[in-house]
Amino acid sequence: MIEIEGMVALYVFMLAAFTGYEVIGRVPVILHTPLMSGSNFVHGIVLVGAMVALGEAGDSVLLQAIGFIAVVLAAGNAVGGYVVTERMLEMFKSSK
Amino acid sequence: MKINIETIIQIAYFSAAVLFILGLKKMSSPVTARGGIIWAGVGMLVATLITFGVPGMQNYVLMTVAIAIGGGLAFWSGRIVQMTAMPQMIALYNGMGGGAAAAIAAVTLLHTTGHIEDIGEVGIALAVIGALIGAVSFSGSLIAFGKLQDLIKRSALFPYQQIFNLVLFAVTVVVGVMVVLQFPSPDPMMVYLFFGLALILGLLVTMPIGGADMPVVISLYNALTGLAVAFEGFVLGNAAMIIAGTVVGSAGTLLTQMMAKAMNRSLGNVLFSGMGTKEVASGEGSEGTMKEIEANDVGVMMAFAERVVIIPGYGMAVAQAQHKIWELTQLLTERGVSVKFAIHPVAGRMPGHMNVLLAEAGVPYDMIYDLEDINAEFPQTDVALVIGANDVVNPDARTNKGSPIYGMPILDADRAKNCIVIKRGKGRGFSGLENQLFFADNTRMLYGDGQAAGSELIQAVKGL
Repeated sequence: MIEIEGMVALYVFMLAAFTGYEVIGRVPVILHTPLMSGSNFVHGIVLVGAMVALGEAGDSVLLQAIGFIAVVLAAGNAVGGYVVTERMLEMFKSSK
Repeated sequence: MKINIETIIQIAYFSAAVLFILGLKKMSSPVTARGGIIWAGVGMLVATLITFGVPGMQNYVLMTVAIAIGGGLAFWSGRIVQMTAMPQMIALYNGMGGGAAAAIAAVTLLHTTGHIEDIGEVGIALAVIGALIGAVSFSGSLIAFGKLQDLIKRSALFPYQQIFNLVLFAVTVVVGVMVVLQFPSPDPMMVYLFFGLALILGLLVTMPIGGADMPVVISLYNALTGLAVAFEGFVLGNAAMIIAGTVVGSAGTLLTQMMAKAMNRSLGNVLFSGMGTKEVASGEGSEGTMKEIEANDVGVMMAFAERVVIIPGYGMAVAQAQHKIWELTQLLTERGVSVKFAIHPVAGRMPGHMNVLLAEAGVPYDMIYDLEDINAEFPQTDVALVIGANDVVNPDARTNKGSPIYGMPILDADRAKNCIVIKRGKGRGFSGLENQLFFADNTRMLYGDGQAAGSELIQAVKGL
């Protein structure tokens, strides 16, 4: 696989950090809770890492068990984060 | 670049990263927020599905079962959770993410065969740092959930806990460094010890923090989980995890700062002072008396007012009174009264929580005003209706230097021509502080449960 390594990873890290800061920069207070929930959903991407960890755990029962837990937790993060964020945001209506 | 499965996977991860950033951007405005979460959701779906195609993996059955269990439970709990309980639910899901990041690191560190050499010393160091952050976020978020759900009532477990925590942190770091130094084959016992210490650290650090400060802590753990995910992304060489994790890490840090600022606390203060757990003395005793009023009189007052501002607090949501208040608002609006909602940044259990609760009742967001936008209007306001709020309208914050909330911006309800406070009884609020507003000459108290008081006001206005 084309993997990101070394200095390239550092550049990606730096640019992504600025991006996060800028994207949230001018958010009104009314959206703080949904936005926190939304960003909570976004780090649910840990699911793909958990899947790879379980997939490469091999035959070791211990590693399979830890990998299994990782996937259960990560799937909970992703799905739960999506459901509650969507529920909150669908209620925001304008009077117009 | 040849077009093969690996290229397709990279393109899918790249698209997911783009969709996450655009989704978060859209979530920063109320007009586009709904679309934002859907975009991010599409990104997640694409990334998850394509990961099944990563070459050389096994255990597909286990993987599918695990996704079904975790996803199913989270879907079910996310659908049924009450809007008032949203902060602790977010904490729980966030903790799961942190736990997953830590578990990924555990698999990497305990892997006896194969690719641990490929990862290198830097990779192992990152895995260990991510594991520490993720494990603390996991166990800390569980405590945050327990506290807000009222399952855990204790604060500090033993004397000098802060100092003990510092020592524990140092020991955990030392063990972590030893694991890194044992590269390329760390001793499994050291790895277990490291994870055990990290989990206990999360518990003990979070325990002394008071319930009122917990939202800031949840937000901080959210940022930390993002960071942990990014670190594990480096270990796995996964760009989607690096980008999404880092973006959440920095955005979450900013959000945490904004929340702490809205509560007039510094982050260090929140983490290490243990406020909300101590008894605080009010600066001055209560002067004057609280003057009671009947719902009918309030109804008349509001119906013939020109401008009404409603200040809701968490107490309103606990009483499930927001639907009644919205009905009352509609009745008043029909009579030509201008009604606005004033929301303090920390109304509810976390910044923005009250907006969610009002939105659930059907209040459009353009009737809702922030503190800076509404405070200038209070002197021209005929009736300020405070329901279930207390500290956020406490004038002590302006005048009493001895008060723990001194300096916190408040809603100037006391400057309205009339102020009506709906309150269950004569007791003090969440923080245990005396509120001079309740004793002011232009304040009248309407005692009763928020929902019942709301119904009475509706009847009073309808009867005119």
